[in-house]
Amino acid sequence: MANRQYELVYILPPDSTEQQVAEVHEQLEGVVSRLNGTIDKTENWGRKRLAYEIAHHKEGVYVLDVISGGGELMKEVDRRFRVLDQVIRHMIVRVDEERKVVERTRTKRQAESERRRVKRGLPPVRQPGEGRATDLDDMDDDHFDQAEV
Amino acid sequence: MAFGQGRSGGRGRSGDKKGGDKAQGQRRTLFRRRKVCKFCADKIDDINYKDVKLIGPFVPERGKVLPRRISGTCAMHQRKLQTAIKRARQIALIPYVTD
Repeated sequence: MANRQYELVYILPPDSTEQQVAEVHEQLEGVVSRLNGTIDKTENWGRKRLAYEIAHHKEGVYVLDVISGGGELMKEVDRRFRVLDQVIRHMIVRVDEERKVVERTRTKRQAESERRRVKRGLPPVRQPGEGRATDLDDMDDDHFDQAEV
Repeated sequence: MAFGQGRSGGRGRSGDKKGGDKAQGQRRTLFRRRKVCKFCADKIDDINYKDVKLIGPFVPERGKVLPRRISGTCAMHQRKLQTAIKRARQIALIPYVTD
């Protein structure tokens, strides 16, 4: 049951100190461990410009946490983050299912290309120096030349 | 033909130029390059909301989502792009509106 994986992104005010960041993280850790979850990864993106003002801040400290656990846990985390005034914005996204789909399509495509290559009598993996060299002239992003919105 | 100009998918650069000389200026609609879904072409499976570099070109100045008819993205990837953009907006990586 508790094998779901979520990503939690939250934003703290730009003037928050290292200690404040650690404090919020500690609180999160407490909730997660109490409800039998685990924090798989923590990433601090540091200070970034916000695309729009949030609570009169133009910058914010971004932190990303990857958490495994059940839905009840995330409900509690969400509730806590709503209440915390140090956090100006947070978002929780479930990621495990999407990741599975991505992996499936990737392996499927690889298997398919290998199958086709073997059928043509080639080794299953593309050899270096094989095929057309990448046309650098065609790499430029002139997709949206006539973009009119 | 079903593919507009019937040329091999807009890849033929030299071919484009040959025909372009005559009718230039009057009806350039005839020689539009065929649009290809960027995500299919580059084999990008995962359209992630954290990847602003990837999503950025699909959000024009105004902050709207670039329509499929202009970007040429396929339906499946446009859908995924849409959720990615909406998520990125929530955490202020991409603006909702700019004017």
